[in-house]
This record gives sequence, structure tokens and C-alpha cells, in this order.
Amino acid sequence: MIRGPARRSLACATTVGLVAVALTGCAEPRNAAPGSPASSGPPGGLAGTITVDAAASLSPVLPKLARAFEDDHPGTTVRLGFGGSSALAAQIVAGAPVDVFAAASTATMATVTDAKLTADPPVTIARNRLEIAVPPSNPGRIAGLADFADPTRTVIVCDPQVPCGAAARQVFALAKVAAKPDSYEPDVTSVLTKVETGDADAGLVYRTDVRAAGSKVKGIPVGQAASALTAYPIAPLSASQNLPLAKAFTDYVVQRGAPDLAAAGFLPPQ
Amino acid sequence: MIAPAVLGGVLLAGPLVALLVRAPWERMGELLAGPVVLPALGLSFGTAFASTVVCVVLGVPLAAVLAGSDGWPRAVTRVARAVVATPLVLPPVVGGIALLLLLSRTGLLGRPLFAAFGLTIPFTTAAVVIAQAFVGLPFLVLSVEGALRGVDARFTVAAATLGASPWATFVRVTLPLAAPGLAAGAVLSFARALGEFGATITFAGSLPGVTETLPVAAYVALTNDPGSAIAIAVVLVVVALAVLLALRERWLTGLRA
Repeated sequence: MIRGPARRSLACATTVGLVAVALTGCAEPRNAAPGSPASSGPPGGLAGTITVDAAASLSPVLPKLARAFEDDHPGTTVRLGFGGSSALAAQIVAGAPVDVFAAASTATMATVTDAKLTADPPVTIARNRLEIAVPPSNPGRIAGLADFADPTRTVIVCDPQVPCGAAARQVFALAKVAAKPDSYEPDVTSVLTKVETGDADAGLVYRTDVRAAGSKVKGIPVGQAASALTAYPIAPLSASQNLPLAKAFTDYVVQRGAPDLAAAGFLPPQ
Repeated sequence: MIAPAVLGGVLLAGPLVALLVRAPWERMGELLAGPVVLPALGLSFGTAFASTVVCVVLGVPLAAVLAGSDGWPRAVTRVARAVVATPLVLPPVVGGIALLLLLSRTGLLGRPLFAAFGLTIPFTTAAVVIAQAFVGLPFLVLSVEGALRGVDARFTVAAATLGASPWATFVRVTLPLAAPGLAAGAVLSFARALGEFGATITFAGSLPGVTETLPVAAYVALTNDPGSAIAIAVVLVVVALAVLLALRERWLTGLRA
């Protein structure tokens, strides 16, 4: 028989444990099992769940496309994961259970195709160009790329190993600016967030990020960025546990994604 | 009893063994001499040492206050000790976010500092030291508090009867007696600071030579240059083991306090 303080601790621990188990139950989305009598038999027999890993800069667009796809195909679930394309590619090569990969550069997609992990050749769905983002009041009085060489200003860019960082390096070379960043961030969303909070005077992000941030940042266009566009390839992955659904979602994004991508500020693929 | 113990041992030693077995030993010299590892190593040691000094300078008085808090209401001492221990249980990234909210240019303290002195703290080496001190301070405070409480009161009383002021008693009698606990706490703080990643990358950013400590460099290298990442991992493991072995288990007193 457990008495006194030990009993209270045990009751406490049990309650915490039960709550934790109940909450993990909420985490998994519920889908109708394929062929169950409750579902109305989706067109083409597509069902199940797929995981899509995508570049951080696609986060304003892909959720809408995923929900539209799920509405068109009841009984399917599309789970989205965003991050720096090079980190995502490394995870896929290391065996992460991902069904579709949308990268922010052909170089990071090549990491996955070189490892023979794509089920279909990648298709470019959009292109993007870099833009300077500053806080709305522009406290650093940033006028253009040349200000990135000013050591007194706090400027940040993406790490050169991610696509937006590689493009940034190209743009600086084209503009002949010896940039002195104060930090190399692991993905473009980190750069944008630090500009939004005012921790940085300026950051080099994508035009789509400036648009998505709305009134939280101000954008300053960069002429040389037109010569350093990044391309976004998408491909289903051969290790997918649900390859028909992965291919269907990829085709959906390729064929039906153009209006949403254009609305977010992406450039067309060619 | 044996089987779970063996499993525990495998869980602890397994990753270390895998690291040492799979390390690219034939390229190790070239990787270590490359542009990534040595600057990060120097920065890591420099900032960890600086943050340990900060922890000692701030933590010993704090520990002294806590050690003498027996007259306070129980609730107050409980809250105080919980607050001191919070960085131990807080995920480091959360600590980094909290530090940003305090010390960034729009932060609680950061905004007046920036307005008055033009001081920006994130993205500087000082930010790394602050982040490391934040996570290392609990080790030092709790270890020193335990050691101070363990000092035999008869010595301090004897010093007082011989005419020593409270300050002199503290410096010349109490602290030397608590020195093993202080050393143990300092070493744990140092080791924790050396390994700090989440708060550093969130609060201080990542710039080679300025804020890219060894753990941050390993993370950045992981995607495009796994060889460097593994080399850094080996360096960190070797340093950690060397520090712990050199102390010959005296650091355990810090954990038991």
C-alpha cells in the first residue's frame, strides 16, 4: 500500500502520463481507411497520407494547394514540412520517410536525384528572385545592396549552403558588393523573422517572402537579382509508401499550382 | 537487473562508439586544419571560458544569498530556487527566444540599451557569452549553494569570535572551504557552455569567427560537408571526455549538491 507523499507523487505522475498519451492521440490526423464502407470511394482510388517536404519559401503557397487537393480527393491527407532545402535534402538522403520533395534550387534537388531517390524527373514549378527586406520604418536607412558592405549596419543573409544564400552570393558578386553580413541564417524564414522583429537592419530574402510578410517588412528591389533567379523543382520520391498519391499531388501542383504561385509573387518556370 | 543496465550502457556508449568508428580518420588532419574547425574551436573555448567567469562572478554571490535564505518564507525560497534551476529544464531554443525578447533591439532591456547607447547585442560574441552563461549559471549556483551549506558553522563562528568581519569570514574561511564545490560547478558550467547550441544559434546567430561556435559549425556543416561535422563531433567528444576524466570524479559533487 503506498501512503502519504509517495502516493501523491504517483497520482501526479499518472495524471501527467495520461494527459500526455491523450494529447498524442490528438496529433495524428484521422483518415478514412482505403476501401472502408464509410468513404464514398474517391475518384481514381486515391487515399491515405503523404508527407511533403518543401523549401521554406513555399510556405505561403503549398498549404492552400494541399487543402485544395484534399478537398478534391476526400480521404487523402497531405502533411507539409518546411525548412532549408539543403537540410531537407540531407534528411531525405539519410532515409527520412518523405513522399514528395519541393526544393528551392536545382542544386539541392540534385542531391536527391544523384542518390537515385526520385520516382520521376523533377519538374520546375516556379522561379524566385531576391529582394532586400527592411523593417517598416527602415531604421538602418538602407537604400540598396551597397549598404550590405557597411560594417556598422546589422545585415543578415541566408547561409551559402541553402539556395537563397547561394543566390545572395551570386547577386553580391554581380553587384560587386563585398558584403559583411552579421549572421548566416539556416533558412530564409529565419532571416525574414529577424528583420520583422527589428533585430536586423536588412536581410536578403525572396520577393515572395516580402509579399507574404505584408506590412511587417518593406521591400527594396534589387536589379541584379533578375540575373540570379532560383528555380523550384518538385518530384515524388521512390521510397514513398504511397507512390500513386505522391505522383498525383506532384502532378496537381505542376498543373494547377500556377495561379497560386503567381499570386504569391513567384515567377513562371520558364 | 543486468539486461536493463546493459541496455542503458549501450544507449550511452553506442553513439560515441559509432562516432569514433565512422569518423573519417584518414582526412582528420586536413579537416581539422581547414577553415571551419579551428576558428570555431578557438571561439568555443574563448566564449565558454568567458561565460564561466561570468557564472562565477554572478553565481557565487547568488549562491551565498540562497545559502543564507533559511530565514525567508518557504514559498519564496522555493520559487527562487526554481527560477535558478529553470535553464536546466528549459529547451535551449526557448532560452534563446527568451533572451531575444529581453535583449534584442526591440526587447525589454534591449530597446532602452539601443536607444541610449546604440548597443546591439544579438549577432555579437557577447551574445554567445550571455547565452552560455544563461544555461551554465544553474550548475554553478546550485553546486556552490550546496557546498556553502556544507561548511561547518563552527569555523565561521570561530572566525567571528576572533574578530573577522562577515566579508573577511566569507572570503577567507567560507569560500576556501567551499572551493571543491565551486570548482565542480565551474567545470560543469564550462562543459555546458561548450556544448550550448539552441540558445546560441537563436540569439547570437551564426557567423564564422564571431558567433559560430563548434556546435553551430557542426550543424551548419552537416548538410554539405558531413566530414567536417563528424570531425567537430569527435573534437567535442574528446574534449568532454578529457575534461571529465581530468577531474577524476570531483565534478560529481556538483551534480549531487
